[in-house]
Amino acid sequence: MNSKLLIAVIAAILVALPFIGLDSYPLHLVIVILIWSFAYTGWSIMGRFGLVSLGHGAFMAIGGYVTALLWNELGLSPWIGIPVAMICAGGMAVLIGYPCFRFRIVGHYFALVTLALSEVVRQVIIATRDTTGGSLGYTPERHGDGWSVIALQSDDRTIFYFVALFVWMAGIVIWRMVDRSMARYALEAISEDEDASAAVGVQVTKEKLKVTVLSAVMTAFAGAMYCQYQMFISPDTIGGVGISLQIVFAVVVGGIYNSLGPTIGAVITLLLAEVLRIWIGTEAACITDKICLNVAGVPLLVYGIMLVLFIIFLPKGIVGACADRWRARGNNGALAK
Amino acid sequence: MFAEFTEALFSIFFVETLINGLLLGGVLALLSLGLNLIFGVIDVVWICYAEIIMLGMYTIYFLHVDGGMPLILAAACGVGVTALLGWLTHRLVIGYLLQAAPINQLLATGGLLFFFQGAAMVAFGIEFRNLGVSLGSLAVSEDIYLSWTRLLSFAIAAGVVVVLYQFLSRSYLGAAIRAISQDREIMILMGVNTKKLYLLTSAIGGGLAGLAAALLALQYDVHPFIGLSFGPITFMVCVMGGLGNMVGGFLAAFVFSELITIGGYFAELEWGYVLAFAFFIAAMFVRPEGLFARKS
Repeated sequence: MNSKLLIAVIAAILVALPFIGLDSYPLHLVIVILIWSFAYTGWSIMGRFGLVSLGHGAFMAIGGYVTALLWNELGLSPWIGIPVAMICAGGMAVLIGYPCFRFRIVGHYFALVTLALSEVVRQVIIATRDTTGGSLGYTPERHGDGWSVIALQSDDRTIFYFVALFVWMAGIVIWRMVDRSMARYALEAISEDEDASAAVGVQVTKEKLKVTVLSAVMTAFAGAMYCQYQMFISPDTIGGVGISLQIVFAVVVGGIYNSLGPTIGAVITLLLAEVLRIWIGTEAACITDKICLNVAGVPLLVYGIMLVLFIIFLPKGIVGACADRWRARGNNGALAK
Repeated sequence: MFAEFTEALFSIFFVETLINGLLLGGVLALLSLGLNLIFGVIDVVWICYAEIIMLGMYTIYFLHVDGGMPLILAAACGVGVTALLGWLTHRLVIGYLLQAAPINQLLATGGLLFFFQGAAMVAFGIEFRNLGVSLGSLAVSEDIYLSWTRLLSFAIAAGVVVVLYQFLSRSYLGAAIRAISQDREIMILMGVNTKKLYLLTSAIGGGLAGLAAALLALQYDVHPFIGLSFGPITFMVCVMGGLGNMVGGFLAAFVFSELITIGGYFAELEWGYVLAFAFFIAAMFVRPEGLFARKS
């Protein structure tokens, strides 16, 4: 009962957020966090079953680039473009996933095959630079000023905030739906022992493929959202190995086995980067006149150390560790009685 | 269109492309050697391997350009530094994760990747630095020029494979390393200090990264993110050769480099990479254990 009250209070705060005088910049941060949280949630839907994909940067890039290219080149509204992009990402997931699962490519090998996928997509974007702008990035054309329903563009951050909030909540709901479905038990069995679960009648390839396609489609949607909000995409901001790793790490930090883990991970990693950037600044700090330190690299450095420490000491992530502690305390209390 | 294609196929430049591809294969083979050794023995994929090479390149750059050290000596110091980094990677990170899920080990080294990039950016800035040494090129005929650096890389890669093979098959330590890669648990019961062997392997793997760094520094500018440009391809080479299989990795390096240079010859270089990666994905489906893996 308490938890329901807590959820209601949090929901009320989230809805009221743009109206309590939040500045444009913090609101922007919250929107970015919500969009990434959705992508991270999408990754963790399959990641929690041991399907560690390093290819989600590819799905995200497909989502963003297909939507933007259809809009600029063919004048197709994102209302059509986004579903098309999601279908493309789903198709790509089947293309990679089916043979992988059919031929039992798991663990390291699965991670590396998907890593190749994110590199292929990145290189294709760079190679077709005449259309996509290559590494310089790509901008969807503006459709008039202000708020355009057809182009899904808006100057007003408040509107975007509510869209992002809704999408994020939908992501959490999907996560929970998977969590409560039969597929979850099948996938958990598969991640424990593929042969044994196949022997008791679990359709290994089909179950894995279903969850992979769902995850890819969600990530592509996040990519399209990011594109519509930022109005700028480049292979390095929504694709490639860097983004793929960023997705995995945020989830690991937050907690892979809990519906709110990816969101907490997004809050921590994105806020950390932002706080460090503002706090340290981007000016070079000179110790002597010959030795200057480029402090712009500090967030990356701290991020790296944090990840290593997390994986060694808190492999279940922050949410997972808290949940364990809470449960342990509950058990102790029960024993004391 | 077709006539153009056949003309391109039989042109003298195509021959040059093929030879250059072969020589690029030498560099790739060297890049993948250390990673393969570490995987074969410790069963861990170091995602940060290319970043260790990057730090090796910086070491060589600063010792040679700022420190005025002769290139050979600087390269030797680079090998020393990367060997130390390899040792530290195992001592401080992997050592604590030997019992953890394999994917956690992979992710921890991914954290190191960001750490090394950040550290390089803080310490050295983001400018591109060039060693400013060119070994020139060898004129085979009027139309064909081969870069000495690539010839050297090829020779060194071949040499290192032979030396490593001899070390693993003839020496006492090599035998111990091979034994541990075959059965981790039983070696402890035999009274072997596995910890020491793992550290030694990590240091050798790191040292090989330094050797690769010396050759790459001659050809490319150094910057903190250079690892990302050849990291992925290194993993692909190792996986395609059969992770841990050094001879397979050596052969796979040449398949990859030919695909890249031929793709780059007919279209742009990026398409060469696309071709190579697509081939990799396709090859994984035909032989998931690696194209050149021995049947176990």
